[in-house]
Amino acid sequence: MIRLEGIGRTFDLGGRPVHALVDVDETIAEGEHVAIMGPSGSGKSTLLNVLGCLDRPSAGSYYLEEREVATLSESELDVVRRHRIGFVFQSFHLVGRLSAVENVELPMVFADVPRRHRRRRALDALEEVDLSRRADHRPDQLSGGERQRVALARATVMRPAILLADEPTGNLDSKSGRQVLDLLDRLNDDGLTLVVVTHDPNVARRADRLIVLVDGRIAKRMPADEIHSLDELFSVQTEKSEEPAS
Amino acid sequence: MSPSDVFVFTWRALSRHGLRTVLSLIGVAIGVTAVILLTALGEGARRYVIDQFASIGSNLLIVIPGKVETTGGVPGVGGAPNDLTLADAEAIERRISAARLVAPVAAGTETVAFGARDREVALIGSTAVFAEVRELSMARGRFLPDDDARRGSAVAVLGRTVADELFPDRNPLGEVVRIGAWRFRVIGVLASQGTQLGVDVDDVVIVPVATAMRMLNRTSLFRVMVSVAPGADLELVEDHLIELLAERHDEEDVTVLTQDSVVGAITGILDVLNLAVAAIAAISLAVAGIGILNVMLVSVSERTAEVGLLKALGAGRRQILAVFLVEATLLSTAGGLVGLGLGYALSLVMVQLFPALPASPPPWAVAAALGLAIAVGGLFGLLPARRAARLEPVDALRSGG
Repeated sequence: MIRLEGIGRTFDLGGRPVHALVDVDETIAEGEHVAIMGPSGSGKSTLLNVLGCLDRPSAGSYYLEEREVATLSESELDVVRRHRIGFVFQSFHLVGRLSAVENVELPMVFADVPRRHRRRRALDALEEVDLSRRADHRPDQLSGGERQRVALARATVMRPAILLADEPTGNLDSKSGRQVLDLLDRLNDDGLTLVVVTHDPNVARRADRLIVLVDGRIAKRMPADEIHSLDELFSVQTEKSEEPAS
Repeated sequence: MSPSDVFVFTWRALSRHGLRTVLSLIGVAIGVTAVILLTALGEGARRYVIDQFASIGSNLLIVIPGKVETTGGVPGVGGAPNDLTLADAEAIERRISAARLVAPVAAGTETVAFGARDREVALIGSTAVFAEVRELSMARGRFLPDDDARRGSAVAVLGRTVADELFPDRNPLGEVVRIGAWRFRVIGVLASQGTQLGVDVDDVVIVPVATAMRMLNRTSLFRVMVSVAPGADLELVEDHLIELLAERHDEEDVTVLTQDSVVGAITGILDVLNLAVAAIAAISLAVAGIGILNVMLVSVSERTAEVGLLKALGAGRRQILAVFLVEATLLSTAGGLVGLGLGYALSLVMVQLFPALPASPPPWAVAAALGLAIAVGGLFGLLPARRAARLEPVDALRSGG
């Protein structure tokens, strides 16, 4: 489903090149649940943005469902994002002036789903995250957990092939976090490919396998059930991150 | 994203920042109000002038001695014009069949006195038909007698004000007044006429034309007024008239005015003036555009995260561009409509305060002001909208993180 070949991403920071991703090779199969970990600035978010077609790699090839993303035009990428990819963010990114159900309708607005179908599909999606009662509430009237569940409903309402989650529980208390993770698991069980960026080993442990990024390179690959403690992971990270930045 | 989707989305965004929306809208509203109010005033002035000249009557030709050159040439070269005489007036009446009424007019200023009271007035010399040509009605007595224009009897018709001033407590009919060194019997008093062409018709004394020319020591008439039969071709009559007088004077030395030519010339000037005033008012719309630009730039930078999110959700550049462009245009359109209402309301107030000036905004100005307001929104919204559309989703999302 996803194949990365020698992906590099270089930013220009005040005339000095910064290598956010270096020579990343990875394959993610359909229905897989992958966690990405790494210290701050290790390139996790950049990788997620590349995967989500929000950012184009500066080197290498990215095949999404057997199509090379580099060959797609800007508007073709818009269509891919609309229909194949769902996003969930740490800070929810709900539109504050819109109600929960209107937020869920947004992707359908851009995808030109007829107005008469939108409301029903949005309500169905909210039903799946157990929030139909809160459909008409605005984000500031919802708890953090509820907001993230609205965001989940929004990310899945177009029935995407891949869900990309950036620290989905980072702003949540443990109970709400668990609820969101349970939902993610259920979606994954239904066949949705899931890529989760996280700092939290408890989140990562739910994945099938783990990729550890350090300084833009894949430093470690391991099955998720081998994650035992934070210390173990940090030892990898600390050791590597003491190297001067490229 | 259908147009109605864009509209709804934009509407929600604008209504969230009520105060900011209203403030930036006021700029446009003031601009449009200014354009509408100023052009309404200009239009009012134009109509005022037209009303004044409409009193000439649309079937009236006015013959003035001397040629008014509008095509250039050296002034003063060509010598003094020939006199426009009573004989000319008679010839017009005789030879031009479409000339229904011909009133020769002499004019000057004289002092009219009765007893100890006197008054400086406009002295008009004419014939019996003058009353009909100028549509004068009588308050008392009768107008000039319908006899030979050259006879020049010593009778006078007083304007309303003159009669009231000289005879505050008695009937002027039959009394003898002194005009300059001459004595006249008062045979009639005009009903109140108001102002025509800037002349207070109530403050005149009318005497037979021959008498007036003798008193004023003139050989030429001030003008000849020709009332043309209804249905006659005014331009044709005008041509005949000029031809006839050219034949009599051996050169073309008279000017013929019609209501149309006078009104045309004056409205031409007023139109240019009006346009200039509107253009100046329109500058305020450009200033309002800067206001919109400012608000939209703030809006875009405030909503950077939102733009990133929308892109992540699959919004294309065009959709983002449309959202912000519509937002700016909606702002300016709403401002334009408010300004329209305000402009109309104020011009109604003006009409109430100055009934003589029928101020009402001309349709072209209304259309132009509103069109310009909308265009200003679109134009000044373009830069912020493009900025939003070009935001990299990654940077945009991070800023909201």
